[in-house]
Amino acid sequence: MARIAFDLISPEKLLLSVEADMVTVPGTEGYMGVMAGHSPLVSTLRAGMIDVKVGSQDDRYFIRGGFAEISPAKITVLAEEAIPMTELDLAVLDQRIEDAQSDELSADNDLDRLKAAQLVDDLKLVRAAF
Amino acid sequence: MASVKEMRTRIGSVKSTQKITKALQMVAAAKLRRAQLAAEAAKPYARGMASVIANLSAGVSGPNAPLLLAGTGSDKRHLIIVATSDRGLAGGFNGGIIRAAREKISALLAEGKDVKIITVGRKARDGLRRLYADRFVENYEIGTKAPGFALVKPIATRVLEAYQAGDYDVVTLVHSSFKSVVTQTPRLLQLIPAQVEKSDAPAPFYDYEPDEDVILAALLPQNISVQLLTALLENQAGFFASQMTAMDNATRNAGDMIKALTIQMNRTRQAQITKELIEIISGAAAV
Repeated sequence: MARIAFDLISPEKLLLSVEADMVTVPGTEGYMGVMAGHSPLVSTLRAGMIDVKVGSQDDRYFIRGGFAEISPAKITVLAEEAIPMTELDLAVLDQRIEDAQSDELSADNDLDRLKAAQLVDDLKLVRAAF
Repeated sequence: MASVKEMRTRIGSVKSTQKITKALQMVAAAKLRRAQLAAEAAKPYARGMASVIANLSAGVSGPNAPLLLAGTGSDKRHLIIVATSDRGLAGGFNGGIIRAAREKISALLAEGKDVKIITVGRKARDGLRRLYADRFVENYEIGTKAPGFALVKPIATRVLEAYQAGDYDVVTLVHSSFKSVVTQTPRLLQLIPAQVEKSDAPAPFYDYEPDEDVILAALLPQNISVQLLTALLENQAGFFASQMTAMDNATRNAGDMIKALTIQMNRTRQAQITKELIEIISGAAAV
């Protein structure tokens, strides 16, 4: 089966660059599995898990928002923050939830409040799955 | 002529200066490596962002284009962000950036434009204070930690809010671009309206989820932070490279000075001994 090139990039560094069988990303309009030959797509991402399948290996990364650029041969994820699941601990996650909650409370317009509330919900989902 | 004792103290003081410059040089070299890696590592993100924005903006134009991309249609009011380091002892590094900023500002003023300034880094504030203190909007300091999003966020928010409020038409960033360890050149980078690289290759036909406008509206502000961050990281690397070179020169100069002073001291001492000998000999001959 053809593989798709996958780059996971956070502002600090190129976190991962592999040939993957399938990559699942948390799109704003729902999780989507991306395989080779996907139609070209640019999507924003919400906070959630990225799932990278290479053969029988299965790696997971936590990301906090960002966007993905998908072409038939390549998917690039630019994440605002990305942490490998193996390095993520609950304290960090709880801290993010707390931050987002205080953002929600201190937001001075509806749009920001909505965004922060969405982030809190997404983060709680990740925490539940942890 | 100075006495031998005076010269000895002088040599001692130059020696301790040399020790300091030597230590600074080694610290800068160690930090340079890390800063350089950080600057390199941040590039893929900025590049990816630029390419997506280029693709997106090709399809979005006309009256519906976001303000950050299209601009306000005027170029009367300018905001200049000048980024330097907090510390000095880095040769011409900060001087170059400040000179470039000053040239740009005076050119704009000569055209009758309105100019406001945000400085990032203590040296930018000090360097521009004498001429343009009344134009300062805000002064940020870099601090001791490596530049990260925590540093950039407040600056970007501040700029974006002011722009949205209609305070400025054009926002330009002045920083130093890191070409290599030996060359860093000051660079002017227009942040708003966003500079989009036009590619000749036909843009791939993307679908957008949610739609183009929403993505672009989310990306453009974020792009400001990213560009600021990459600029500051490049600055950081450039600063350490420049400091390393400057301190290396200083160490070498101190070495030359010690050598010259030592020779001079030895000559003086020798002359004194010779003088004393002559006195003794001529004294003995007179008897």
